Amino acid sequence: MSANRLLIVTALLVSGVVCAASSSAGLWTAAQFDELRSLSIAALEPLPADPTNRVADDPRAVRLGERLFFDTSLSSNGKVACGTCHQPDRNFQDGTALANGVGTTAKRTMAIAATSRAPFLFWDGRKDSQWAQALGPLESAVEHGGTRTQYARVIADRYRAEYQELFGVLPDLSSVPASAGPNGNRSDVAAWSALGEQQREAITGVFVNIGKAIAAYERRIEFGLSRFDRYVEAVNSRGRDDGILTSDEIAGLKLFIGKAKCTQCHNGPLLTNNEFHNTGVPARAALPIDDGRLTGAASVLKDEFNCRSRWSDARASCAELEYLVTNDHTLERAYKVPSLRNVAERAPFMDAGQFATLTDVLDHYNRAPKAPAGHSELKPLRLNRDDLRHLEAFLKTLSGPVTPKTVARETKS
Amino acid sequence: MLAALVSVTGCSAAMMVFGTGAKRPAITEFGLGPRSSANRLYSATLEPTEALKPRRLQSVRITVVDSAGLPVEGAAMTIGGGMPQHGHGLPTRPRMTRAIAAGTYQIEGVRFNMGGWWEFKVTIATDRGEDTITFNLSL
Repeated sequence: MSANRLLIVTALLVSGVVCAASSSAGLWTAAQFDELRSLSIAALEPLPADPTNRVADDPRAVRLGERLFFDTSLSSNGKVACGTCHQPDRNFQDGTALANGVGTTAKRTMAIAATSRAPFLFWDGRKDSQWAQALGPLESAVEHGGTRTQYARVIADRYRAEYQELFGVLPDLSSVPASAGPNGNRSDVAAWSALGEQQREAITGVFVNIGKAIAAYERRIEFGLSRFDRYVEAVNSRGRDDGILTSDEIAGLKLFIGKAKCTQCHNGPLLTNNEFHNTGVPARAALPIDDGRLTGAASVLKDEFNCRSRWSDARASCAELEYLVTNDHTLERAYKVPSLRNVAERAPFMDAGQFATLTDVLDHYNRAPKAPAGHSELKPLRLNRDDLRHLEAFLKTLSGPVTPKTVARETKS
Repeated sequence: MLAALVSVTGCSAAMMVFGTGAKRPAITEFGLGPRSSANRLYSATLEPTEALKPRRLQSVRITVVDSAGLPVEGAAMTIGGGMPQHGHGLPTRPRMTRAIAAGTYQIEGVRFNMGGWWEFKVTIATDRGEDTITFNLSL
């Protein structure tokens, strides 16, 4: 090649690069850009109603739920609240591999944002509403560690007026033991059994209402705008990216919707399909192997607090349970697909914090090792080192604020 | 042949492997119908209650006619399908819940958990026989 021709080719290449950087619209086919729009937060639909929780959108319940969420008296040792693990300044999670309540759990704390939009909650999806989910940790021996009568007494002592305004008159608790519940220790269970059926029902009703108030607060915790969203908006409205993403991040985005196949599960504006998949994540040493969604799907169908239960405010319409896939081998060791929004702020990763860094996560997906139980759905991606670096750079563009939408304090309904 | 079709429909929900190499059909093969069953016993048209969208639990009406174009009443149906290029089945177990009018039935519990090419397979059984219609849908 002559020196002149080399100069021309170089000039063309340079101008191409400059052009691509300033006019990102040309980087994407129409179909690809449609997909980018579908991943943008702008595609998020309005908050869906939760008919199973009649106070879900009552501002009084939001305020009560917020106080309950941070109240450590809702625990056996007076030191654990929902907010202990779901810390607002850390994306409502705790940054540790296994959550610590009154003891140490076997699972990674899940982030709360946008869970009002998920049909099933927990890593194995054993709960079908935010309020039913909130009740689980309260009775877990290693999380809050308390009991139903204890919690009902906390409401009577500290929240009587607010509670009664929302849910009606509290039951008489003068004769109930300080600690009794069906999921407590042996003496708690014995004390619970000794109560009359009506007392047990009344106390469980208070317990359920605690969950419904907490859910009213939690359902407003949503994701805000990320750099990725601003990029899509800029290209969509102005036809150029304004340098919002770097070339490495854009390369990562191309892989994300292409060769790396991330959008097979991480799709839609929340970057999750809300399903459960076995991706061959290793079991954590010293913890028993659990079978994930296989048990979770069976559990939600018989859950005391599911959509069909007497505690639900919409027992007649529980389509998610009606058409649920159960007892299928693909559910073995399948776990919930988390939203990738703010993923870079949430190390360590996976259901028991098995991977310390995003680099480890991407390496796992690239190698696609055999699952410890069941069958991994992954195939090796054969991405090179630069690909993995670009993907990680892109994942870091998905961070944005996570905040509860505020409720006007003077609002009364 | 019918048994094979039925077994394919039944198994698809259990196959979950990324990347199968299945070739996307021509654009003319896509749509809500009318579409014939494999052995041409039936033809059917789908009518979603609302436009089909990924990740949403939806319902679909299906209108079935026989080879003479007459409404097929009293049909039993099983629903299957999935994404041939990804090798996975439907994420829910949809069911035909009731007959609405002569030859028209309601199918509930339909969800597609990502965009792209989906097969939606309806196996129809009457005293005329059993046959499967495969709709190719693009979400």
